[in-house]
Amino acid sequence: MQAFTTLTGVAAPLPIANIDTDKIIPARFLRTIVRAGLGKNLFDTLRFDADGAERPDFVLNQPAYRAAEILVTHENFGCGSSREHAPWALLDFGIRCVIAPDFADIFYSNCFKNGILPVRLSRAICDQLMEDAKLGGNARVTIDLARQVVIRPNGEQIAFEVDPFRKHLMLNGLDDIGQTLQHKSGIDAYEARQVRDHAWLPAVPVAI
Amino acid sequence: MAEAKTLFDKVWESHVVERMEDGTCILYIDRHLVHEVTSPQAFEGLRSAGRTVRRPDATIAVVDHNIPTSDRSVPVEDRESRLQIDTLETNVAAFGVPYIPISDARQGIVHIIGPELGLSLPGTTIVCGDSHTSTHGALGALAFGIGTSEVEHVLATQTLLQKPALNMLVQVDGALPHGCSAKDIVLAIIGQIGTAGGTGHVIEYAGETIRALGMAGRMTVCNMSIEAGARAGMIAPDEKTLEYIAGRQFAPTGEALERAIAYWRTLPSDLGAHYDRVVHIDATKLVPMVTWGTSPESVLPITGAVPDPAAEIDGDRRARLQRMLDYMGLTAGQKLAEIPVDVVFIGSCTNGRIEDIREAARVARGRHVAPGVRALVVPGSGLVKRQAEAEGLDRILTEAGFEWREAGCSMCLGMNPDRLQPGQRCASTSNRNFEGRQGPGGRTHLLSPAMAAAAAVTGHLSDAREFA
Ligand code: SF4
Repeated sequence: MQAFTTLTGVAAPLPIANIDTDKIIPARFLRTIVRAGLGKNLFDTLRFDADGAERPDFVLNQPAYRAAEILVTHENFGCGSSREHAPWALLDFGIRCVIAPDFADIFYSNCFKNGILPVRLSRAICDQLMEDAKLGGNARVTIDLARQVVIRPNGEQIAFEVDPFRKHLMLNGLDDIGQTLQHKSGIDAYEARQVRDHAWLPAVPVAI
Repeated sequence: MAEAKTLFDKVWESHVVERMEDGTCILYIDRHLVHEVTSPQAFEGLRSAGRTVRRPDATIAVVDHNIPTSDRSVPVEDRESRLQIDTLETNVAAFGVPYIPISDARQGIVHIIGPELGLSLPGTTIVCGDSHTSTHGALGALAFGIGTSEVEHVLATQTLLQKPALNMLVQVDGALPHGCSAKDIVLAIIGQIGTAGGTGHVIEYAGETIRALGMAGRMTVCNMSIEAGARAGMIAPDEKTLEYIAGRQFAPTGEALERAIAYWRTLPSDLGAHYDRVVHIDATKLVPMVTWGTSPESVLPITGAVPDPAAEIDGDRRARLQRMLDYMGLTAGQKLAEIPVDVVFIGSCTNGRIEDIREAARVARGRHVAPGVRALVVPGSGLVKRQAEAEGLDRILTEAGFEWREAGCSMCLGMNPDRLQPGQRCASTSNRNFEGRQGPGGRTHLLSPAMAAAAAVTGHLSDAREFA
């Protein structure tokens, strides 16, 4: 996973609440066996009309936001399915940070696994950032993960919360699995206990 | 006296391998269900890191999401779907994972077959790369959906990194009125608490109405916990749970079953256990429910009318409501029971069990699908299909003009050829009514199996109580 330390980029405003994962990447694009390449269908129905032509009024189709790396949006972003194709599509498009008042649980966790930083800030601040974003290409926002601040174009710093463990992994680009495997002896010990205490739990035979 | 604990607390605590300083836990996973859509990148990750599957004997794979529900004797036509199926087959063979292929009678939607085969058991932790894993909580398991990176994490380590959730109690009491079902209960709950109402929580459903439900109904309720924003839904195991489990293919037997039962009896929440949030529902007041918008919380009794955006004071909400009505092709004030439908879909992990098909057949018997309506019945698994056929339900349904299909997710998410055309309106027993969920431009109304069958025969949304 790519480390996330600081990011300075264009923030695209998407003032819609409850953007679900079907909206981020519709199910018909999930028939893939790789992570890459989903960016072209990110927000497909919002971005393109029925004939596949760009909808000029959609934010990511506007010249100032085509290279946006930050998305500022409203409540409950990423609700719906557990599909990790949603963060993959965002990442493939170039989005590395999403700022919203809150996120759906699974999506929130999926972001960290892919080097996308989800930042929770109050609705009032999100609205403020959206106003900033209307300055277009000049409105560059900075996210400093180590210091846990978002820096507005006018220099104002806004603090955000992030789980220390996730922050550590993200800052160092560490892979969760590698981290967990350092606790292998603990897992071995748990399994030994389980075999003893919960012997009733049957194994699934390979040939079923 | 020991601290009073909830069902969730008990299952959680018995699976913590290690707890880190900041509260993140390494949580042990007892059962991992794998399907073709969210697993290819996970197996690829294992391969490139030179890792193996730690517990193939705690894992089971099946194809369900993108397979066609037409004739199983012909090869899958769609190239991309075929590639995902082939990739899963290559992966399960390479990593030694138990697998139920498309040709097996036990094939079906992952959340239908887990309980059906006795893989989902009380007191266990169950995960799957699919949000509706919450379904298995109906047996008293802690079951939740995960993303593909977490699928890879479980394959490699048999654990997940998790922080404990908050406890929420949804207490449902009173006799369920005639014509109402588990689906109406859960739609009413979502209507009351909203799609973010359960965020950060695991919901425990309790109360006499929940106890009175059969296992299928309990699964329907737990299934849609995710639509209420919750991480999982759970119901304490009771005699019905034990009766349901006994004799299923992978369930414990004999002495092991007795020991299991002794343990399962310790699982229900202790008296006085703390819940961070409590919600009460009076079941006696329920009316069959139907969604009118593009979020599961936009739900009303069938006796209601499409809401009027002009009545909304909040500007944001007014705009959102208007957008929903535009997308759904509805006008404010329109009576819900007069909305015509083009398609009816009966199936999915919410309502694809035998009990649901019996309900649909009960309404369909001696009636006929309205002219111009296409009605599909898609059993949740091959075993459900077989059981329905043994009971003659397929004949009742086909004689009434319903299509009788092979098992799979089908029109729940429109990944396979079963999709709505733009502008088509569907009465669906599935769980999501998002824009485009059942096909681009498709319009979805969520409701119970009886309500869906009623809509099929009248050609418009209808009150199931009139078909009792
Ligand atoms: S039936 Fe629908 S909700 Fe259930 S697992 Fe399949 S796609 Fe997901």
